[in-house]
Amino acid sequence: MYAEFGDKLDLETNQSLQALAAALRARALPWIRDVVPALCGIAVHFDPYHPQLPAPLLERFEAMLQEVFKSASKFEDSGRVVEVPVCYDSEFALDLEDVSSLTKVAKQDVQKLHAKSKHSVLMVGFSPGQPYIGGLDAKLSVPRRAAPRTQMPAGSVAIANAQTCVYPYETPGGWSIIGRTPLRVFDPAREPASLFAPGDRVHFFAITRTEYEKLK
Amino acid sequence: MSMRFIRPGLLTTVQDRGRFGLQHLGVVPCGAMDPVALELANGLVGNRADEALLEITVLGPEIAFESDVLVALCGAEMEAKAGGANKDARLDGARLPLNRPVLLEKGAVLSTGRATLGSRAYLAVAGGIALPPVLASRSTYLPAKFGGLQGRALRAGDRLPLLENVSALSLSRYRNLNGKKDMHGLRTVSWSAPALTLPAREPIVIHAMEGRHHAHFDAAARRAFFDATWRVTPDSNRMGFRLAGPVLAREEAVEILSEPTCLGTVQVPANGLPIALMADHQTTGGYPKIAEIAAADVPRLAQLAPGGRVQFARCTLEQAGELRRVLRQRMDAALRSLAWDYRT
Repeated sequence: MYAEFGDKLDLETNQSLQALAAALRARALPWIRDVVPALCGIAVHFDPYHPQLPAPLLERFEAMLQEVFKSASKFEDSGRVVEVPVCYDSEFALDLEDVSSLTKVAKQDVQKLHAKSKHSVLMVGFSPGQPYIGGLDAKLSVPRRAAPRTQMPAGSVAIANAQTCVYPYETPGGWSIIGRTPLRVFDPAREPASLFAPGDRVHFFAITRTEYEKLK
Repeated sequence: MSMRFIRPGLLTTVQDRGRFGLQHLGVVPCGAMDPVALELANGLVGNRADEALLEITVLGPEIAFESDVLVALCGAEMEAKAGGANKDARLDGARLPLNRPVLLEKGAVLSTGRATLGSRAYLAVAGGIALPPVLASRSTYLPAKFGGLQGRALRAGDRLPLLENVSALSLSRYRNLNGKKDMHGLRTVSWSAPALTLPAREPIVIHAMEGRHHAHFDAAARRAFFDATWRVTPDSNRMGFRLAGPVLAREEAVEILSEPTCLGTVQVPANGLPIALMADHQTTGGYPKIAEIAAADVPRLAQLAPGGRVQFARCTLEQAGELRRVLRQRMDAALRSLAWDYRT
């Protein structure tokens, strides 16, 4: 089931639905397997064979959503701030030149603007732990690259569509890389496994190449 | 105790029912592509439905067992032979009957070949596979390389751990079975579980509802999706089945913001050829969704081999629910009639 709250990316809507997702998850309903807040909506995956599955499902679900929406009157963020060290050196910032010429922002200012922006996790998806982070300074708005890279190095910090993404794995990708974090974005053996969760605030800060090696 | 892989087969992985509750962190449930066959195979050896087993794809492995072990092979029909400990016996091994519990002796070698009907077979062992769960599941998640055995498909020489007491457990479960019977020298039973997901004849018919973006497609594409016969292409995998057929064009190419996807979502990328999302699919995506396959029919689609043909029949949400209830009833009936004695 998917409930859509708009068809445009809007930080306020996203924050509301993060809170709604958290409230829904807090109910720990046995027939709900997954609550997935996305950019503009929430998906609820359910166990179709669960004996407590309400019927008629859609109507009952909608009513429940309304009720949770009302009771979660105050939408507060999770309070979590994820600190993300980023080495913005040109060795890692493979697309810094392109970003700088597209946005007319000087190369040394790109990292400053990026680190200064108030970021928050809009959605985690595509691959395990992969965050879609909103709040990027509008001056750094660039489209996706015309020709996607076949391999984005793991840990790459990349921007597109007014968002930032941190690539957990070496995967293909079309966003512009402006740096790299030494942190492991997803580690199933760690608790919590995912560095980022939907609704988290994110603070990127610059580190040197030496610090990167130390943290790696 | 363990099972040792002499040949790994084309793509053999450890799977269970899946890893739930982590999709908001980008972790899809994965799990058996055909959960119906998984449940029956587990039921046949007396396991709980969520125990881990082997998913065998198209071309099966050769496995040596280091203890007596009660096994069941379900899902795809597959050539399978089981022989004794010494080489000579293995060469003229007896045919392993499918969809039944079979007690193999210590040292037995199970040699499976090519799937003759369907594409995914499930080999359950009494007590399951004793690997540690990762994020609460033993399913192998190939795209992110975790779960199962080191997050990868099995290779020759691998050993998978079984329960320490698998021998005693297998013997006692076999003793408690009704209708015991020797067949070509193998200890099995006179009855079998039904195969509920195999393609009777192609093209198979799979029920699907109109997707969220169905109206974005032009009239020809909307018709073609439900009229055409689609072929599963060879680059299909556990993430998605790519379908070859008429190119599906959109009225206008509106950009869609990434949104959650679901098992059975049929999305259409820019090239106009649909992809049915399967067990290992990405949790979110930005391609338009032309259809959603009825949950009850996903396991049957999963049994289609590359080259297999499929047609989509339009259904409503209510009909999809009814299909699900009917399938569950058939599974429950099959599980009930497994003539187990559950005394422990």
